Amino acid sequence: MFNRDRWREIFETIGKNKLRTFLSGFTVALGIFIFIILFGLGNGLKNTFQEFFLDDASNAIFLYPGRTSMPYKGFKAKRRIEFENEDLEDIKRNFSMFTEYITPRISRSALTSYKNESNTYTTRAIAPGHQFVEKTILMKGRYINQMDLDKKTKSAVIGRLVAKDLFKSEDPIGKYVNLGSAVFKVVGVFQDDGGDNEERYIYIPYTTRQLMEKGNDKIDQIIVTFPKELGHAGALAFENSLKKYFKDKKSIDPRDPNGIYIQNITDDLKQSQQFAVVLQLIVSFVGLGTLIAGIIGISNIMVFVVKERTKELGIRKALGATPRSVIQMILQESVFITAISGYAGLFLGILVLKNIGLTLEEYFIKNPFIDFGTAFMATVVLIIFGAIAGYIPAKRASSIKPIVALRDE
Amino acid sequence: MIKIKNLHKSYKMGASSLHVLKGINFEVEEGELVAIMGSSGSGKSTLLNILGMLDGLDKGEYILDEVPIKDLNETKAAKYRNKFLGFVFQSFNLINYKSALENVSLPLYYQGIPRKERQILALDYLDRVGLKAWSTHLPSELSGGQKQRVAIARAMASRPKVLLADEPTGALDTKTSYEVMDLIQKINEEGKTILVVTHEPDIAQMCKRIVQLKDGIIIEDKKIDQVLASEYVQ
Repeated sequence: MFNRDRWREIFETIGKNKLRTFLSGFTVALGIFIFIILFGLGNGLKNTFQEFFLDDASNAIFLYPGRTSMPYKGFKAKRRIEFENEDLEDIKRNFSMFTEYITPRISRSALTSYKNESNTYTTRAIAPGHQFVEKTILMKGRYINQMDLDKKTKSAVIGRLVAKDLFKSEDPIGKYVNLGSAVFKVVGVFQDDGGDNEERYIYIPYTTRQLMEKGNDKIDQIIVTFPKELGHAGALAFENSLKKYFKDKKSIDPRDPNGIYIQNITDDLKQSQQFAVVLQLIVSFVGLGTLIAGIIGISNIMVFVVKERTKELGIRKALGATPRSVIQMILQESVFITAISGYAGLFLGILVLKNIGLTLEEYFIKNPFIDFGTAFMATVVLIIFGAIAGYIPAKRASSIKPIVALRDE
Repeated sequence: MIKIKNLHKSYKMGASSLHVLKGINFEVEEGELVAIMGSSGSGKSTLLNILGMLDGLDKGEYILDEVPIKDLNETKAAKYRNKFLGFVFQSFNLINYKSALENVSLPLYYQGIPRKERQILALDYLDRVGLKAWSTHLPSELSGGQKQRVAIARAMASRPKVLLADEPTGALDTKTSYEVMDLIQKINEEGKTILVVTHEPDIAQMCKRIVQLKDGIIIEDKKIDQVLASEYVQ
């Protein structure tokens, strides 16, 4: 393999048969290039899809209190269950391994006004972790923070459309709005990929809401996010233990389907993720197809190359080339050419993908990419098949009697 | 040098088989210059191909330089060819993308001789056929006679025991043919055993012995007085 003389012989052959070298090199480079571009564009499509459908955190569990439907431990049925601040602390304490962020959510509707403009918006009283549940994107200012909670400030973060409706072109940051009966200071403006409705919310600290409602500690909902590493099965297990914990804590019959409701977003998301899987399958299929086309291309070239060289191989054999050395020469040459041009195609493809970036976003292709491992593997596969495709005709040519190979046409 | 006993060879042509060589017995001493003659289809090229291990034999014995040639696989045949034999073909069979020098050094490459040494040897052989000045030229830039001389230099480069020439003048005009024969005679004078297949009587007359083949058997085998090609070459 590392015989210097043999390499020199191969380089001479390559250098003096430029068209042949170009053809086989070009086929491989083109095959890899197209594979990378198509695969990358497919991934870009997937990116867009994920952005469209997966706007909320996919690792969230929503807990709603309900009304019991069975008597239990001396309690009558139809008892109303309520969450309190203490429940948040309990979750943090008992499930610290499984929780990332935890936030309450108290939703109220209120007439909101600024100067002469007014409208009714839903106000959500929340904790800072809520930002990660909704994947809220801040445009200006800041989100509700821990200090807001501690001091029960009258700070509000308003949606982009709320700002547009009420403030027109004015900068809302630092302005005061009337929220029902209270005055809140706008500290931030957000946008959300989830659509217009998501941008018509107003977020305030939940402690402030509780203060306004006679200093109670009631919570409408609790939202918990868990580390993504838990996976689907882990999320279900977490959900079940949460349910069990709360049924026990709130004295609800374990068989009672009502008392408490838990919605695990991973369930909803499973469907759209299945769609993403189908998309991935299509992308892989396109990639595989291109690769097969490339393999067929290089196989054709190799058959042609060996056919073209039959006479030359006959001469070499008459001069003392062994079948082994003939095969070795053809293979070494083809692997060398496919390797060099394969990597040229690889890097060219990656370069083009990098440059596309966001330019095709309006065609639903965003940030197309291919992971280097896949691209590398594809190139290696093409080289291996190029070698196999070269080996078969080379083997045949090497076993032809030189007299047959030398016969004049 | 060459001993052949009761050599048979037939080719399958579909269902029937064509019996080309029907029991050839024939010996060649070292330093001979033998012309193998016969009309087309007489089996002369087949005989040469078997002698050159380019083709196998069906029945009989073939001993080359005291080595029995039998049970040849391609690898073994390639090694014997490289060691014992040099070939000159009617259509030259030079590799068209290699220069004259590279063509001549190719058998040396397969003998495993280092590149530097190979080039010196090859240039020396090109010099002997009078083509030293043409060493960097491609075959397409050479005339027919020059190509055949490159081919002869290539056949000689591996220092074979026997030189086999299959219609070496078949593609050349008379004048060039005589030049090539002159070269072959000179190589023979240096002691090389040479077999020439030809159907041209004047070429055969330039050898030292003529073997006539007809329908797969030797009908005549005689020593002759050699006509020197140099008489025709100015």
